[in-house]
Amino acid sequence: MLHMLEKIFVQNGLVTSFALVGLIMWVSSLISRKLTFGRVHGSAIAIVIGLVLAWLGGVFTGGQKGLADLPLFTGVGLMGGAMLRDFAIVATAFEVQANEARKAGLIGVVSLLLGTLLPFVVGASIAHAFGYTDAVSMTTIGAGAVTYIVGPVTGAAIGASSDVIALSIATGLIKAIIVMIGTPIAAGFMGLKTPRSAMIFGGLAGTVSGVSAGLAATDRRLVPYGALIATFHTGIGCLLGPSVLFFATRALVGT
Amino acid sequence: MIIYGTALLAFCHLAGLFLGDLLGVAIGVKTNVGGVGIAMLLLIFLRLYLHKKGLLPKESEAGVAFWGAMYIPVVVAMAANQNVVAAIKGGPVALLSAFAAAAVCACCIGVLTRTGRDSTSFVNAPQLEEI
Repeated sequence: MLHMLEKIFVQNGLVTSFALVGLIMWVSSLISRKLTFGRVHGSAIAIVIGLVLAWLGGVFTGGQKGLADLPLFTGVGLMGGAMLRDFAIVATAFEVQANEARKAGLIGVVSLLLGTLLPFVVGASIAHAFGYTDAVSMTTIGAGAVTYIVGPVTGAAIGASSDVIALSIATGLIKAIIVMIGTPIAAGFMGLKTPRSAMIFGGLAGTVSGVSAGLAATDRRLVPYGALIATFHTGIGCLLGPSVLFFATRALVGT
Repeated sequence: MIIYGTALLAFCHLAGLFLGDLLGVAIGVKTNVGGVGIAMLLLIFLRLYLHKKGLLPKESEAGVAFWGAMYIPVVVAMAANQNVVAAIKGGPVALLSAFAAAAVCACCIGVLTRTGRDSTSFVNAPQLEEI
């Protein structure tokens, strides 16, 4: 009996993931209403549950894809993978009002550049403080603080060691998780209320995953505006990391 | 037909990613540059254009709206795919750099959203169903 059921789940992975995520959303909205009296958004709770499941999946299997490493839940990997994620993000563009987006275009670009520069400087400085004083390691860890893709791309381009690259990926991942969980908490402080503020957030907070989940957990209407800017984040980071930022770091620290 | 909307969305998605790849090659990076953003812009403009021509009936729009509404569940699935174990294993350097970078950016966002003129609003935004 159980074996047959398991076979059905495994063979219908994507459909299983729809059922599972639906269940998570339902539980989250219950928790949101009954335990927090609506103060914490249901989707914020759902995202945290997702992260906890990802952690459990990683602990049980030793893999890298969180819950999707369990054979029973490979469909979650497809549903939450880059293809459907990007498809759904593009679909939210239907809600964008072109006029509102145009008004905030320039500040969006400014925040995109700041969003690359600031995390890089902070990450590289902290790496320096912890004894990673060579330009290659500082640049790689600093790039990891931009996004977890910029880190390894930059590190590979300038010849960083694999443990430094792993460290830069970890930095980017932690930042994405902080943004996912922290955005609804800090939304008031950051003034996240309007399309313009969402675009500033998309440029500065970086990582499509962090921004998309963070805004979803705060106010669903903010999502398309933030995502519109955030999708350029990785590209800009990969452009500046191994070039301008690396040369500047090398000029500062010498080696 | 509902598939027309979904096909339009798929066309924008693919065209955007392709242009993003081309842009990446053009500026010499080994990654896609803003593919999803370009796809979003394409969809925004195509929608305005088709709307004006009267070629976008409600049914076709539903083919896009469904995927927009699936957005949050997809993001929850994405969260369940993160390599949380590796993130936690990163140790103090990773933890501190990530926290400091996020904190500095949050402050910067707070400053930027409060300066300058913000004339954008959600007044005319379409109503979204609550999750």
